[in-house]
Amino acid sequence: MIPACPLAALPRGEAYRLDVEPPIALFHTEDGEIYAIDDTCTHQDASLADGWLEGCEVECPLHASRFDLRTGRVDAPPAKLPVRTHRVVVEDGTVYVVPSEEPPNLPPGIRAGTA
Amino acid sequence: MRSIAVVGASLAGLSAARALRGQGFEGRLTLIGTESHRPYDRPPLSKEFLAGRMSEADLALEADDEDLGAEWRLGATATGLDPSDRRVLLDDGTSVRADGIVVATGASARTLPGGGGLGGVHTLRSLDDARALRSDLVKGRRLVVIGAGFIGAEVASTARDLGLDVTVVETAPTPFAGALGAEMGAVVASLHGDHGVRLICGVGVRGLLGAGRGLAGTDRADGVQRSEGAGRVDGASGPEGVDRVEGARAPEGVDRVEGARAPEGADRVEGALLDDDRILPADVVLVGIGARPNVEWLAGAGFQLTNGVVCDAGGATGVPGVVAVGDCAAWFDPAMGYHHRVEHWTGALRRPAAAAVTLLSGGATAPDPPSSPYFWSDQYGMKIQFVGHARPGDTVTVEEGDVADRSFLAVYRRQDRPVAVLSLNQVRLFTRWRRRLDAVPNRTDSTLRSEL
Repeated sequence: MIPACPLAALPRGEAYRLDVEPPIALFHTEDGEIYAIDDTCTHQDASLADGWLEGCEVECPLHASRFDLRTGRVDAPPAKLPVRTHRVVVEDGTVYVVPSEEPPNLPPGIRAGTA
Repeated sequence: MRSIAVVGASLAGLSAARALRGQGFEGRLTLIGTESHRPYDRPPLSKEFLAGRMSEADLALEADDEDLGAEWRLGATATGLDPSDRRVLLDDGTSVRADGIVVATGASARTLPGGGGLGGVHTLRSLDDARALRSDLVKGRRLVVIGAGFIGAEVASTARDLGLDVTVVETAPTPFAGALGAEMGAVVASLHGDHGVRLICGVGVRGLLGAGRGLAGTDRADGVQRSEGAGRVDGASGPEGVDRVEGARAPEGVDRVEGARAPEGADRVEGALLDDDRILPADVVLVGIGARPNVEWLAGAGFQLTNGVVCDAGGATGVPGVVAVGDCAAWFDPAMGYHHRVEHWTGALRRPAAAAVTLLSGGATAPDPPSSPYFWSDQYGMKIQFVGHARPGDTVTVEEGDVADRSFLAVYRRQDRPVAVLSLNQVRLFTRWRRRLDAVPNRTDSTLRSEL
């Protein structure tokens, strides 16, 4: 379990990027839920924490694929693969992440380690 | 409607097929594509794919398990359309009849007359183009890019990264002026100089020089007919680039270069001859002077063809049961009040959904208002993003960051109303502006700013 940020640093409607390898994005939805997914779009190197949060979906800031924060699934091209989801724990005003043990779907370039 | 043929199997055609199935069309669906490849993503062809960071498999637009229940006719080129029974004629002598037709035949790269017979001269539009260019981008070679539009700039960036010596030539005084305005066009174009790429503006290319003809330019220049406007190329556009205004570009101009015709055979290009008699030595040349819509095959079939297939705001053409999408289509734009082609990737992704509604409803359902046109470009490791329409006379204000730092967001305003946004390496802030620009096109600027 990794400490990510103070809960106060993640207001509703906002995102927080956790600089682990690979990076993880945390989202606090307008409904008050907190979700964690891989930060890097599975299509190309873009930070989903920079994307547009709407309901339980985030839209990639570059090419507009949308990922479901609950399942990691992508709804529209150009991305084809889901992002991983990570379990979130909030304790004593701190947001923690339990990283997934699945292999990540990183985009080409990142995957090859050449970006 | 029991059968639909989609002519064109790239992003717009595939998106149309998906939209038709998504909207409940269960009839016979045929996709016709000139290229033998399954649908692939073109933007990386000048960037990650050209750089070797993406494979051909990575370019695939279809998911592994995707099945549209369609019949694919790949490697077949549409040569005509018979409107009497909506029959698409193919170059293999067969034809496909359908109750509805989606025209999605895209655009082709404009070429420089005289370059065709020379080795090392490229355009970049297709996967095959990209493969050929990639094999020519060898470290230490000299690359001349003709046209400083988005394709040219991206290839220059990629080639520089691969260790080539790169020069970009642009006829216009300022690159990107049409898309970004002169002020910001100059800012984005200055990225070339930042990274050791020479940029020569305000000079046309008269022709290309081939092996065995020498580079002194004297004998070549003697053979060149010099006429005003001939040989001028306009590079301020690219597939992800620019909205076209009808009549703004005259391809006729470049067709009149006579003396610069290249020798046939395996001769390689050795240089580019400029209008001011300068010669740029070159081992490789990339011609990035825009694209023309692939609509010749529709001639005589009742369509209005004016720089693309003229369509209404929902994609309907003048021929019943035929809609058009993507780079070949000039939709009516309610925000601008005229028809124009949009060569943006996002247009090819989103508009087919509206066109599918039009086709399936017989035009009875009005389309949603279009979202603001958006495009991006990656150059020299920078994320360049633009949304909206810029026009001459708009005021441009840097709202965040600093132009000198190559990290900023600039807002274009017309009568104090924000109409477009450009950003370099300001992805997060740009996303907010983009959504706001879409959501509240008629609000005042002060309202908009207070919400950001």
